[in-house]
Amino acid sequence: MNNFLRNLTTTQQIGALFIAVFGILSIVTVWAFVRNLREHASDDPESEARMLEAKRFWGLLKTSWMMATVFWVGWVLGDTVATVLFAIVGFFALREFITLSPTRRGDHRSLVLAFFVVLPLQFWIVGSKMFDLFTVFIPVYVFLALPVVSALANDPQRFLERNAKLQWGIMVCVYGMSHVPALLLLDFPGYRDKGAFLVFFLVFVVQTCMVVQHLLGRRFPHTPVAPQVSQSFQWASWLAGVAAGGVAGGLLTFITPFKPGQALGMALLACVAGSLGHLVMKALKRDRGITSWGMQGMSVTGAGGLLDRVDALCFAAPVFFHSVRWYFGL
Amino acid sequence: MLAKLMSFILLGIVRFLTGSQARWYGCPPKAEQRIYFANHQSHADMVLIWAALPEELRSITRPIAAKDYWTKTPFRQWITTAVFNAVYVDRQATPARPPAPAATEPVGVIGAMAAASADADTATAGGPDPSPDTPPRTPTPEELRAALPESDPLAPLVRALASGDSIVIFPEGTRGHGDEPQSFKSGLFKLAQMFPQVVLVPAWINNVQRVMPKGEVVPVPILCSVTFGEPIQLEAGEERRPFLDRARRAVIALREI
Repeated sequence: MNNFLRNLTTTQQIGALFIAVFGILSIVTVWAFVRNLREHASDDPESEARMLEAKRFWGLLKTSWMMATVFWVGWVLGDTVATVLFAIVGFFALREFITLSPTRRGDHRSLVLAFFVVLPLQFWIVGSKMFDLFTVFIPVYVFLALPVVSALANDPQRFLERNAKLQWGIMVCVYGMSHVPALLLLDFPGYRDKGAFLVFFLVFVVQTCMVVQHLLGRRFPHTPVAPQVSQSFQWASWLAGVAAGGVAGGLLTFITPFKPGQALGMALLACVAGSLGHLVMKALKRDRGITSWGMQGMSVTGAGGLLDRVDALCFAAPVFFHSVRWYFGL
Repeated sequence: MLAKLMSFILLGIVRFLTGSQARWYGCPPKAEQRIYFANHQSHADMVLIWAALPEELRSITRPIAAKDYWTKTPFRQWITTAVFNAVYVDRQATPARPPAPAATEPVGVIGAMAAASADADTATAGGPDPSPDTPPRTPTPEELRAALPESDPLAPLVRALASGDSIVIFPEGTRGHGDEPQSFKSGLFKLAQMFPQVVLVPAWINNVQRVMPKGEVVPVPILCSVTFGEPIQLEAGEERRPFLDRARRAVIALREI
């Protein structure tokens, strides 16, 4: 089996990967649909809770379909389109973030700069493979430029707070997200044009970790570590989730340039970064008194905000990217 | 053709920047004749509410545009007439006029009654001595409409409503600065009197002032929404001020939903 896969061309391998992913998604969807049909009859409180759970599950499934489709489109149309797609995801995530972080009039110019200059520029730098510049562009240059623009607006009220919010939003939604397409362009020796696998590896591993953590936390509830921030975050299910992500990474070794041990290590690293990043974003949400980044109960998908789905990825991608670059000396 | 294309592009831009989400809480999006009244914080309010309405309602709903601002350049004028199908209103004239001179003056009402030919009511109450103080009855909507002078700032709205269109108005008159909307001007009350069959739908426009504050040119992407609430009605005998305050509270209440 492994030999057969290795003998395929890169394109065929990636195609096979997508067939597998869409196949699994279809099976899960059909299973959930059939189960839903059976559930319909009674209306005691227990089945109501189940209905709610099923609804949440549908939301998750929808997101998975969407993400898989986005990846597929990105792969079919090439690296440039994939980079643009991730830029759009970053744009919408930043839009959600800024919407729920109150800004003042004086921030207007800085916001314009963030959305229409910093974001496109960062993704353009990614696309042109200037990895050194891409790493420092936001922390070094933008870090200075945005507060200057805000200061010129002549409004000192809550200046530090406002700027911190904007910087943080850019770090997560633009800087973090831009590291995902950057993986597409890494040049491993003997691993040309297979960056899509690396992206898939990262997303799959982090998503596995999050889902396992979520399901275990629900099934075997322990005392939450930080109940004010998250009712569901607990060490046991967190460790299990990270371990599951690591194992998933180890099993996916054959699609990466890593050896099994390396794949396991990289996967563990990405999972730790992603799940803890998710926790950090939860703390931000609690601070704002909201449960999701989508506008209160009115997001189109009914699945909360986009940022709720991609925040783990935003934290995992930079850690993963730089670890890989450092370890393999790329 | 050009207008169609423009409205398509504009819808795309507005959705890209703001999401322009409509939240129908108190009433469904229905093709009946309505007056939507909303808070006013930015010139973009009109664009947002236009974009938030579903396609079928958008074509029968006419927003109100401030004449001085929206006719300043040929492009603005074209976009308000061809794309938004807006009704122009003279902002300047509104505060200059005392509230409803025609509607409260007995002479005006009598004149209107004469104009409205032989009405059953007129025949019984009228007679040879029309002492203006004695009949305490309120004039009918038709009389009020007929009594409105052509120069009144409300006249274009009345024409639009009379032809069966829905309209969007901002009863504050000007854009507010604070968090709370300013107190409502009497236009809404007069329209409600003149068109009792038209449904009055309150709406709260959220966040638009952050997208494009006064004096800025480039909009910033921030999610906005329009919340439509439960319709209100002008109760029989309800005074102007209580009604306007009630309408304003209905709008503010939508902020918290």
